[in-house]
Amino acid sequence: MSSYNLTHLAQLEHEAIFVLREVAAQFERPALLFSGGKDSIVMARLAQKAFAPAKLPFPLVHVDTGHNFSEAIEYRDWFAEDVGARLIVRYVADSIKAGRCQEEKGLNPSRNGLQTVTLLDTIEEFKFDACLGGARRDEEKARAKERFFSHRDEFGQWDPKNQRPELWNLFNGRKNQGEHFRVFPLSNWTEMDVWQYIAREKLKIPSIYFSHQRRVVNRNGVLLAESPFITLLDGEHYEERTVRYRTVGDSTCTGAVESPASTMAEIIQEVASARVTERGTRADDKRSESSMEDRKKAGYF
Amino acid sequence: MSAALYATSTNEHTDEHYLAMDLLRFTTAGSVDDGKSTLIGRLLYDSKAIFEDTLENLERVTEQRGEETLNLALLTDGLRAEREQGITIDVAYRYFATPKRKFIIADTPGHIQYTRNMVTGASTANLAIILIDARKGVIEQTCRHSFIASLIGIPHVIVAVNKMDLVDFSEARFQEIVAQYSEFASRLNIPDIKFIPISALHGDNVVENSARMPWYQGGALLYTLETVYIGSDLNHIDPRFPVQTVIRPNNDAHHDFRGFAGRVAGGVFKPGDEIISLPSGLPAVIKSIHGPEGELAEAFAPMSVAITLDREIDSSRGDLFAKPHNQPVVTQDIEAMVCWFSPIKLNPAGKYILRHATRETKCAVKAVRYKVNINTLHKNTEDLTIGMNDIGRIHVRTAVPLMIDPYKRNRTTGSFIIIDEFTNATVGAGMIMWPDGSDRPQSEQFADMGGL
Ligand SMILES: Nc1nc2c(ncn2[C@@H]2O[C@H](COP(=O)(O)OP(=O)(O)OP(=O)(O)O)[C@@H](O)[C@H]2O)c(=O)[nH]1
Ligand SMILES: [Mg+2]
Repeated sequence: MSSYNLTHLAQLEHEAIFVLREVAAQFERPALLFSGGKDSIVMARLAQKAFAPAKLPFPLVHVDTGHNFSEAIEYRDWFAEDVGARLIVRYVADSIKAGRCQEEKGLNPSRNGLQTVTLLDTIEEFKFDACLGGARRDEEKARAKERFFSHRDEFGQWDPKNQRPELWNLFNGRKNQGEHFRVFPLSNWTEMDVWQYIAREKLKIPSIYFSHQRRVVNRNGVLLAESPFITLLDGEHYEERTVRYRTVGDSTCTGAVESPASTMAEIIQEVASARVTERGTRADDKRSESSMEDRKKAGYF
Repeated sequence: MSAALYATSTNEHTDEHYLAMDLLRFTTAGSVDDGKSTLIGRLLYDSKAIFEDTLENLERVTEQRGEETLNLALLTDGLRAEREQGITIDVAYRYFATPKRKFIIADTPGHIQYTRNMVTGASTANLAIILIDARKGVIEQTCRHSFIASLIGIPHVIVAVNKMDLVDFSEARFQEIVAQYSEFASRLNIPDIKFIPISALHGDNVVENSARMPWYQGGALLYTLETVYIGSDLNHIDPRFPVQTVIRPNNDAHHDFRGFAGRVAGGVFKPGDEIISLPSGLPAVIKSIHGPEGELAEAFAPMSVAITLDREIDSSRGDLFAKPHNQPVVTQDIEAMVCWFSPIKLNPAGKYILRHATRETKCAVKAVRYKVNINTLHKNTEDLTIGMNDIGRIHVRTAVPLMIDPYKRNRTTGSFIIIDEFTNATVGAGMIMWPDGSDRPQSEQFADMGGL
């Protein structure tokens, strides 16, 4: 029997494709949440494979905070066109204008949390019944608890104390009117697996994942990129550093890491010897012990 | 191409060693407070698998809670409610690798109220670490979790006798528990059971062998995890392909393409093979098989592929491809062991939704044959109420035929879940027994209890 072996990366690939197809089969109006970050790129690639030679059976959806890195936005648009997928973009700025939510005040105003409002409005607008997300369990302690098929009530809320049991590979996507699911095909992938896959598939990724020169300010140990959305405090200043990004979220809360890694092989080396988690560069997670859990309960990605 | 995009150059390759490492999926089990989460924390901590920022955070939180020693259970007990109550509520998955192996850990709750989450973690594991508090010995929850592990078909169990520091690292106490557990486990169907005396809190015999228990000659826990033989629980003999969805590109280039997409659940499929689509019984020949990396010469479990056939047959989601000489049983009557999760008792007169492989159907429970007494493993035929956390044998009748194999033979075609029609909650998990409903051969009498 020993000849019927798959590498663990192949096992993860087959598992993710199974989950993606299960979504297409069990739901009427799924969508793939696409940010242009590495996880959503890998997920979209897997979706392409899952339905080839047909096109993606669902649109790509991006919630644009207006504070995103231009490289990620440019990538997003290129990618959608390249795979011939429908791209739906909704703006946090519009939600603010419509009075659905308010711009944060204070030192580190971020639109990260506000995305939830726009996301839930978008889900309602298009009546999406399943949203595919690229979140991985190894990212964060609340995510470590998430199911592949994660139920959301009619208010988009997650109830971590009362999740449905999920046995074997039998996914229960049944729901009542107004409820929806978040589905995470990359649940079992680690950061390393994602990079190995990007290398294996020779995927194009936004340039900010590779080492480059950038003006940044060091705020509480997080290196924030120069941008019009950040107000410097007394004593703070921008300085040019050689950096790259390990994770790409909102520019106001995603920190850069100092790194000379400018090739895939160097990045993989760096990930293998990393001493801090990838979300260690995220100011949004540092706000409180349970910020991710709280945001997720409210309907965040 | 835009300057914002980066094409990976062709000479770069994936790390061969990393890819060649094999993968062990294991779960923790045992009663509440036996030290499961502490053990996982200790394992990660002592094998230096914790990132600096996670550790700093752990130190800060431990201090805020006014605790003196680093609370390693907080590495997996990440939910606010878990930290408030000091118990695990839902499974936490952790990923780590040593130079020898990659591990996926499911740390599950011991509290009886959350047994459903323990089963969730166990359902995909190859090995279970069952913890026993050395002071308490084998208790009901130890039995329940061991029985579930056995039912689910987990082939390897490591019994970790924990909190040895609280019994003066006594060999006699350890041997007593070994004897107690062995006696119970003789009625189960777990082929490989190992015993290790540990202290999760202090790290004895977790990553390093403990100087405080010189009488223990075996390997530390991590060594055992790194070296236990992992056989595949996949079936590569009986060809089974549940159709998940049909891929029909509506474009000129692939006008005639009609791919049956799914994940191979057993056996091997090759182009040129004759298949039979069930339940219709329509035959066809495989024209091509498409995998994630292109066309394939063969497909086996657990590969996700798309199969094209030499002729148009009416087949869609919920159907199953097998081969003419090797078919599953096609039936509406199923005998199964069921593990119940809902606070609402199984209603013998009620209708439920049943999901099996890619097929969903209505079903009715026709009979409860017996309920298992968790402590003695005796069959109780008097009290047939199946409530939350009970395990029993039932007869289910489905609205449409299912293509089934015994769970022991095939985990995919041998398992199902039961869903409440109104709440949509998953209320039960079923493991299929002999399809004709007859009693098994005499030689299988113990398997009846443990491994079906
Ligand atoms: N003295 C001693 N205490 C321990 C040991 N292992 C765990 N404990 C303590 O036992 C208590 C429960 O530990 P947990 O790790 O949370 O137990 P658990 O099995 O994960 O509990 P649930 O997940 O809720 O079922 C904590 O106070 C631990 O510090 C040990 O080896 N020795
Ligand atoms: Mg625990």
